[in-house]
Amino acid sequence: MELELSEEQQEFVATTRRFLAAECSTVAVRALEHDPAGYDPAVWSQAAQLGWTSLLVPEELGGGSFSEHGLSDLALVAEEMGRVVAPGPLVPVNVVAEAVALHGSPTQQEAVLGGLLDGSRVAAWCGPTPVDAHRDGDRVLLRGTCSPVEAGARADHLLVTARLEGASTQYLVPSDADGLRVTPLDGLDLVRRHAAVDLTDVVVTDADRIGPHSGAEPAVEHQEQVACVLQCAEMVGALDRVFEMTLEYLGDRFSFGRPLSSYQALKHRLADDKMWLEACHAISGAATRAVAEGRADAADVVDAAKVWIGPHATELVQDCIQLHGGIGVTWEHDLHLYLRRVTVDRASYGTPEEHAERIAARLLGASA
Amino acid sequence: MSDTTTDTTGDDLEPVEEFRARARTWLAANMPPLGDGWNDRSDERRERERDLQRTLWSGGFAGICFPREYGGLGLTNEHQRAFTAESAPYDMPFSLNVPTLGILAATLLEFGTHEQKLRHLPAILRGDELWVQFLSEPSGGSDLAGCLTRADRDGDVFVLNGSKIWSSAAYASDWAMCLARTNWDVPKHRGLTMFILEIHQPGVTVEQIRQVDGTLEFCQEFFDDVHVPADAVVGEVDDGWTVASKLLVHERLAVGGGSPYTSGASIGHDGGGADTMIADLARGSGRAHDAHARQLVAEAHVRQMVAGQLIRRITQGMATGAMPAPAGSLIKLFGATNVMRRSEIALELAGGAVVAWPPGEPGPGALAGTASLSRQGVSLGGGSNEIQRNIISERLLGMPREYAADREVPYREVRRGGSSR
Repeated sequence: MELELSEEQQEFVATTRRFLAAECSTVAVRALEHDPAGYDPAVWSQAAQLGWTSLLVPEELGGGSFSEHGLSDLALVAEEMGRVVAPGPLVPVNVVAEAVALHGSPTQQEAVLGGLLDGSRVAAWCGPTPVDAHRDGDRVLLRGTCSPVEAGARADHLLVTARLEGASTQYLVPSDADGLRVTPLDGLDLVRRHAAVDLTDVVVTDADRIGPHSGAEPAVEHQEQVACVLQCAEMVGALDRVFEMTLEYLGDRFSFGRPLSSYQALKHRLADDKMWLEACHAISGAATRAVAEGRADAADVVDAAKVWIGPHATELVQDCIQLHGGIGVTWEHDLHLYLRRVTVDRASYGTPEEHAERIAARLLGASA
Repeated sequence: MSDTTTDTTGDDLEPVEEFRARARTWLAANMPPLGDGWNDRSDERRERERDLQRTLWSGGFAGICFPREYGGLGLTNEHQRAFTAESAPYDMPFSLNVPTLGILAATLLEFGTHEQKLRHLPAILRGDELWVQFLSEPSGGSDLAGCLTRADRDGDVFVLNGSKIWSSAAYASDWAMCLARTNWDVPKHRGLTMFILEIHQPGVTVEQIRQVDGTLEFCQEFFDDVHVPADAVVGEVDDGWTVASKLLVHERLAVGGGSPYTSGASIGHDGGGADTMIADLARGSGRAHDAHARQLVAEAHVRQMVAGQLIRRITQGMATGAMPAPAGSLIKLFGATNVMRRSEIALELAGGAVVAWPPGEPGPGALAGTASLSRQGVSLGGGSNEIQRNIISERLLGMPREYAADREVPYREVRRGGSSR
């Protein structure tokens, strides 16, 4: 987390933390393991009341944030959710809500935003990779597969990126559209649900388009950056909590008549873990600020955050499991909930290797 | 102080962005562009850097965070960061940053008497005085408080005897802070005193040590009945450990790149050319389109970015009190492990170019190989990685202290190894 927060942000964090402690204990998370949604809609509606779905939407459209930059506030939510491995479609709902607020028509805003902001509706973001689009008179036919799509099976609307006559564009597709088939998938995280979305000549029109006919690349890139920023913040929150648990455990646990925390071999491991963790906080905060402020280097900082945090997140949690001993690899202990979450985050919205390649392309030119 | 800074007089500080704009204009008009040889450790380079520091001074841009009464500008760390960012394209007196400005001047500012500060700080900011630290001894570096150099009171003076080692460029420097034992009847931390010592004086012998990369920068000093005036004590007699501990905090920040008292990129950082150097290595070995090489180039870039952000986070946290002083060790450890990993990346990208090269014409690959020889130096100087890990775990995370056989024992009764001299 950023070390310097405004009073409003501190209050927001405290409220968020209290809410999560009451509603999203790991016991509650475990109880949702076989729930098709992976979250409790009533709890999500309460979370929406706290502002979780409206921070990226301007006030005149029913949203609003605590600080100048709503993304900075939203990253605080993501980090707190990471600390308790909370369920809920935070990334897709916010990415789509912002896209509709920024680029949607008044009709689309009227139809979609209210439900997303009050938590009664869910939207899914089908990612930056375009499906094929073909013009057919006034209509456009979408054809392709997007997978895995977070919260795809719960979504009332899906934001689909398409390539139409060589140009990038986006459509907001209702989940009951003909030719749209959404197949729930099994997954690594106990409560984060993904689906495969197949589009077989799904009919859309200009009224369904979000943004311009062509040249949607900057909007899509921004959506990807927001998703990355939020998942990085979530990983950092998870790491923070796992590190706390481990430090406490090493102090409580005795071997050969002394606390585990007195062994230099383990102290040095924790020192390295702490260094990684603080570096994760630092680059996550930088990425959040860069995207929130719309800085020219935002893409570079976001890529750096994903490249750094992704592999270090899984490594740090695995190391903390090692330091817990046998209990760390049991179902009963919560550590695996965190390992599942950071492993999923690492591999979602662009792998670290993919983000590294983007950096290399900036430094060395495109790959041959 | 130069009168070109009149707009910073009075209690209202110059706004950072105005300062930045003024600095940008001044730098463009007065400082030479950054060229090859900026990290050269030669005597010629050192003299050039003194001149660059004099240029900063006469232009009114020396000592941005030092108080005005001691020749500085009395501005904030934010002003310093703005100036450092603006100075990236220019040649700067990098080697004055560490140790003179970031470590010794910072420590003098904190513990020196008004007279000591008046005498030395403006001279340092003018480029007239280069300082070094005399801390480590041949008997051991990590156990700094186990110092054997002695200073015995004799009327108005202390008489210094012993030896110090690993001081950077002491032969070409003017003054030192020297830690010596003044009391042998108390436990080790309570019998030390810090002195200001003029290096070139009777009784002080300085010998240069040849390093693996062929440089002669590090020195060993021998003291034979050197007379040090009593008013050269920094802090209190027998309380030198307090001064040394804070000196080490300044050192970790300065070496890690997080000191408010340094201008431009500091030693241990490879400045703006780092990414270019790594990218050039990949191109030079014909691997610019090799997927694995591209991952390595990206990793090196990411590490530099993360290092910069970690420094920002920790220094801000320490400034506001959100983080305690030992957090500085996170910067030092990260910086050292970063240099180690980046060196490894450079070596891998250089490939066979490290083996041999045309006489007198080492290319980037050859230089990467040579640089890797002294790679561990950055982890050893300023407290080894192992010591930083002790500090982080014990003083930042609150884990139990290591057992120490010399705790609470009068120092003359403490067992010492045989290699001390």
